[in-house]
Amino acid sequence: MIPMALLVVSLTWGLIRIAPGNFYSTERKLPAAVEATIRAKYGLDDPWYKQYATMMSNVVRGDFGDSLKYQGQTVNEIIWRHLPYSATIGILAYLFALIVGLGAGTYAALKQNSILDFGPMSLAMFGLSIPNFVLAPVLVMIFAFWLYALPPARWGGFSSLILPVITLGAIYAAYIARLTRAGMLEVLRSDFIRTARAKGLNDRTVLLRHAFRGGILPVISFTGPALAALLAGTVVVEKVYALPGLGDIFIKAVLNRDEPLVLGIVAFLSILIMAFNLIVDISYGFLDPRIRYE
Amino acid sequence: MEEVEKTTAGTSLWSDAWKRLRRNKLAFVSLCFLAFMVVAVIAGPSIIFWTTGFTYESTPTDRALVRAFPPSLLHPMGTDDQGRDMLARVLQGGRVSLMVGIISTIVSLIVGVSYGAIAGYLGGKIDNIMMRIVDVIYAIPYILIVIVLLSVFGGASTPAWIKWLSTNIGGAQNQGLSQLFLLFFALGLVSWLTMARVVRGQILSLKNQDFVMAARATGVGTFGIIFRHLIPNALGPVVVYATLTIPSVMLTEAFLSFLGLGVQAPYASWGSLADIGIKNLAIYPWQLIFPGVTMALTLFALNFVGDGLRDALDPQTRKF
Repeated sequence: MIPMALLVVSLTWGLIRIAPGNFYSTERKLPAAVEATIRAKYGLDDPWYKQYATMMSNVVRGDFGDSLKYQGQTVNEIIWRHLPYSATIGILAYLFALIVGLGAGTYAALKQNSILDFGPMSLAMFGLSIPNFVLAPVLVMIFAFWLYALPPARWGGFSSLILPVITLGAIYAAYIARLTRAGMLEVLRSDFIRTARAKGLNDRTVLLRHAFRGGILPVISFTGPALAALLAGTVVVEKVYALPGLGDIFIKAVLNRDEPLVLGIVAFLSILIMAFNLIVDISYGFLDPRIRYE
Repeated sequence: MEEVEKTTAGTSLWSDAWKRLRRNKLAFVSLCFLAFMVVAVIAGPSIIFWTTGFTYESTPTDRALVRAFPPSLLHPMGTDDQGRDMLARVLQGGRVSLMVGIISTIVSLIVGVSYGAIAGYLGGKIDNIMMRIVDVIYAIPYILIVIVLLSVFGGASTPAWIKWLSTNIGGAQNQGLSQLFLLFFALGLVSWLTMARVVRGQILSLKNQDFVMAARATGVGTFGIIFRHLIPNALGPVVVYATLTIPSVMLTEAFLSFLGLGVQAPYASWGSLADIGIKNLAIYPWQLIFPGVTMALTLFALNFVGDGLRDALDPQTRKF
């Protein structure tokens, strides 16, 4: 896991270095003396392998150094300052997506091919098809401008979280609902469910104790990476609702060529993604008795 | 050989699937809608130009008309801030958005299918390394890759073949259009990863079957086996996944344009139109509603076709 994360960081570093432009390049050309001082200060004139080695030794120690654009602030400071916002929205959106998705998917599978199946599933398809930068302003328009029910943007209290969470969670809820329906349909037809019914278990027990565990396997493998992506913050939601999350910081860092900040966020994200993938792999074994790890 | 193919043609996988797809009303309606959209975005702008003289980029010469008008008979979708006909702009944007979907998906198909097939067939250490590379690229935010690709190959350093493509397919030779084609390729180059995984999985299950052994016994080389024998047999899931890649690439493009990184003026895509519309939502709602709804409907149809194809091509899900 750790070597993979280091590889990701190395590639990211390479990508930033390939891209033309510098963190100090602006509209106006800097005086040669100023540029030379900046380059000397950050060691930009050293051979690339030396710069790479310096960068790597810093990254391994978990010290990404100061941001190049936000003067006097370390990368770790910036990440920890903005992470709580992204994490709150991300975790709530994840719970929202799980509850809605699992509920709707299971329900649709039980009522297969009836109107109660097609209704939620068409809605889920619609959720998948509507871009969140269209959904967000429409929600703001309805709930903030017409109904005056919820604040249109900014951070402050639980009511300000509702719209961002719905916007961010909608597409994942739709995806989870579709995966759950497919997974449940497959499981409900398998022999062990027939056995469970034949034993005389009631529908509730069959569903919750037997079918559910197998039926949500596809959901589990989808939600691992999805949770990491959600936690990283989705840029659109942060932009539309004016939330100070990590996603916006990351885009700005890339555009500014703020190398330490980009590396810090990428390293953080890649460890997060790999950790979730590991958790997913382990939880497979618990959920599906057919899967056993040596 | 040929005679055998002729007699089995009637019940081949593809004609069977086509029959099933036609029976799936939702998917078939979606397919018709998509065909209509394709015709509309190809012919629409010219028809509007011939009948009314509106184009997506020219503003009216009468200064009094340079403002946003609500939908009317003359402008069925209203106008934008510069008095340009929204219908013409939405259709032009549709050209770009659909081209993004198709060209990027073709790029991701070519890269993903060959990569996945090679990894799956060669197996062992090579497979392991190749798939680890995919994992690593997965962990790099795609937005970083797209931005780097766009800035490395943008401006003066646009490769000649992209310029050639934009002249011959796009029909014009200018910087803006080559940037657009560059965007198509950049998006394709970040969306092949899942395709590679899907194909590898297919190849893994196919490569130990008898027909592969037969091909090897008759002396077909590795690449011949991969590209002539294995890939055609793995095409079902590939087609399904490709149909589902188109909407996701279109969403990515819209997202990039929303951030101001994608399509640049005077060109428009549904994403960049929606971006402008959002800013004016409270006063000129039609500027978001029409591009947004058109895009949502198209994505809706694409997703339904993808679903329908999966049901049609995958005999396992047929019973559901």
